Amino acid sequence: MSDSVAGSLAAEKNFYQEKTHKGILAWLLSTDHKRIGIMYLFSMLTFFLIAVFLGFLMRLEMLTPGETVMGAHTYNSIFTLHGVLMIFLFIIPGIPAAFGNFMLPLQIGARDVAFPRLNLLSYWFYLTGAILALLSLFTGPGPADTGWTFYAPYSLRTGTNVALAVMAAFILGFSSILTGLNFITTMHRLRAPGMSFFKMPLFCWSLYATGWIQILATPILGITLALVLMERWLGIGVFDPVKGGDPVLYQHLFWIYSHPAVYIMILPAMGILSDIIPTFARRTIFGYKAIAFSSLAIAFVGYLVWGHHMFTSGISDTSRMAFSFLTFLVAIPSAIKVFNWLATLYKGSIDVTPPFLYGISFIILFSIGGLTGLILGALATDIHVHDTYFVVAHFHYVMFGGTGFVFFAALHYWGPKMFGRMFNSKVSYIAWGFLFVGFNMLYFTMFVLGYMGMPRRYYDFLPEFHSLHVVATVGSWILIIGIIIMFVNLYRGFRYGPRATMNPWGGTTLEWKVPTPPPLENFDKIPEVKHEPYYHPRNQEERQ
Amino acid sequence: MSQAAELTMEKHYDPIGSRIGMWLFLFTEFLLFGGLFLLYAIYLNKYPEEFHYGSSQLDQFVGAMNTIILLTSSLTMVLAVGALQRDRRKLSIFFLVTTFTFGAAFLINKYFEWGHKIELGIYPGSQELTQHPQGEIVFYGLYYAMTGLHGLHVIIGMVIMLFLLYFLLKKSHRALSIKSNQIQNLNGKRLLLSDETGKKLWKSQEITSEVTGMDVVVKGVFTEEQLKSSEVKLENSGLYWHLVDIIWIFLFPLFYLVSM
Repeated sequence: MSDSVAGSLAAEKNFYQEKTHKGILAWLLSTDHKRIGIMYLFSMLTFFLIAVFLGFLMRLEMLTPGETVMGAHTYNSIFTLHGVLMIFLFIIPGIPAAFGNFMLPLQIGARDVAFPRLNLLSYWFYLTGAILALLSLFTGPGPADTGWTFYAPYSLRTGTNVALAVMAAFILGFSSILTGLNFITTMHRLRAPGMSFFKMPLFCWSLYATGWIQILATPILGITLALVLMERWLGIGVFDPVKGGDPVLYQHLFWIYSHPAVYIMILPAMGILSDIIPTFARRTIFGYKAIAFSSLAIAFVGYLVWGHHMFTSGISDTSRMAFSFLTFLVAIPSAIKVFNWLATLYKGSIDVTPPFLYGISFIILFSIGGLTGLILGALATDIHVHDTYFVVAHFHYVMFGGTGFVFFAALHYWGPKMFGRMFNSKVSYIAWGFLFVGFNMLYFTMFVLGYMGMPRRYYDFLPEFHSLHVVATVGSWILIIGIIIMFVNLYRGFRYGPRATMNPWGGTTLEWKVPTPPPLENFDKIPEVKHEPYYHPRNQEERQ
Repeated sequence: MSQAAELTMEKHYDPIGSRIGMWLFLFTEFLLFGGLFLLYAIYLNKYPEEFHYGSSQLDQFVGAMNTIILLTSSLTMVLAVGALQRDRRKLSIFFLVTTFTFGAAFLINKYFEWGHKIELGIYPGSQELTQHPQGEIVFYGLYYAMTGLHGLHVIIGMVIMLFLLYFLLKKSHRALSIKSNQIQNLNGKRLLLSDETGKKLWKSQEITSEVTGMDVVVKGVFTEEQLKSSEVKLENSGLYWHLVDIIWIFLFPLFYLVSM
């Protein structure tokens, strides 16, 4: 690692020192993909923490039967807001916008993305959407209470500020489309010489598949939400049963986007894990092409399974069976990835660093979440557990246990590269312990509650569920303690910690071959790629 | 001049990249309208009689005229692109203005068509329309939503044309832009402009540390590269305009001819 120290001490300025404008404008007007990535990261973490706090309030309400800290109406608004913030402002832009922006050009050996100004525009869209979402809380007749799904006809009738929240989601959709479009073009046009598509790191492959979903699915959400607005403002009647419209069609259109959207959330996380595992197993990935193609397969099949959200909405038996079958199919490519990761670990020299530990939690938690997804995808069992805590537990296992944990892993893995300093590993392990225990206590309990019949989105419950609700709420406290320890540790590390070297983890992809933090245009000279991305040299000479 | 030669920043310009970007954007537009076409298909199936009746109440003549106008405007757009490819800038500007005019004509027709319907009290949420059968309410809901969204795209296309006219009419351009770290290398030095024999044409003042950026602007000349970049911009706007046209080609039979 002696070569890496020299790299970090090079006379060259890093991108933080190169400013085009003064003060905050150096960030808000910068077209540098690294600055944009960091802006996204901080904005998203802010909303994540707000949404975590809302989740904490919801759990507090469920501590005792009856009204604990809030009434039914407030509870409705809070779960809506928790969903909107987490989904539209944190986890959908999530990994692609923050880590994708920062790492994609570095990983493929480019100086920036294909359209840097469009990239900045997409951040501005994100910011506008976020501001509108926040405004919807404090203006008009009060925050939306529809749930993040904005189901018609309730979203057309309720007196709360749905219009502004819907507009926010609409604009955030634009931001997402532009990011996807930018990344796909970047990967087609700006790969370094020698880097064929099959020499790209798997994170890039997952962003490629995600980009296609963003482009092909998000417009459907756009038009659906635009129709909700037209319905509220003009009363065009397409979703309103009084005027001859069909509310079930709203559900169709909504899930045509929102099911693929869960793959926008999870695919990049799988990509990061495919980068982390070979780094810390010190060997190349097992089944590179299988993992790459399974990303595309998930993107494609994931497009056709939206009906499984509507098994109880009154769709025909034929379509229910078709959707159920397709839902089973989509489990296959996910399983392919899991088996390939395990095969990579087999006989690897595993180094259990914090990024690795947070990363492999994904495999455990995602497997639980994925398998319970099959229970929900099967017609007979879904009728029983539909709209219960079972569903809530399932998607928190997939989204938080999956994407969330890999997001944390990425913060530990790439954070030193992005901020140039190192965190304290010991504290990270402790934080992980709290997170993992708290997470399972909170959400596994919900599986049991849901199976027993506890419905979701209620602020009250029957007395027989009391003890389990207490367990879940205590779990949420442990989880939050873990989150606080982790963020405090990361903040202290990235602010005051020891300087990070060029390649602290022994990674093999191109982002580890530039100084820490990277200079403005990333590469002095665009590198020429000779090896596959996870090539670990066997002897010292090759390592130079 | 050797100093200046080193300054030439590698300007990143990739026509193929911007074409890929444009096509990806067009896919999103197709899907945006796709959602509406899906709704149309389902409601046509649910309320066939009301849809046929509603359709018969629309003015087929105006619809046909608008179809002809838009199709012709697509032709003039192609001619504008073709003219620029053959470096005939003025001809290209002429065709672009023609296309713009056709777009405006389309909107004027649409204005009168909508105006007439609204005068009759037929618009979403009106007293009159609530008396009609449910299928008709949905028909007009879709009619206003789909032609309205299409009209919005026509307007956006026309705004883009205005930008292009600006680019094509612009008489000077920035040949070189020097920023941040490059400018520091020039601290305390002077810039010199000379011809190929080394004869001095112009000499600048000494560059102090206060100078944070520098642009070299060429006036009265139209470079090859700039022409190329306008060409790709025009081509991409052309693609957008054809998209607007294609969507109309589907809207026209679905709303105006479905009763025939």
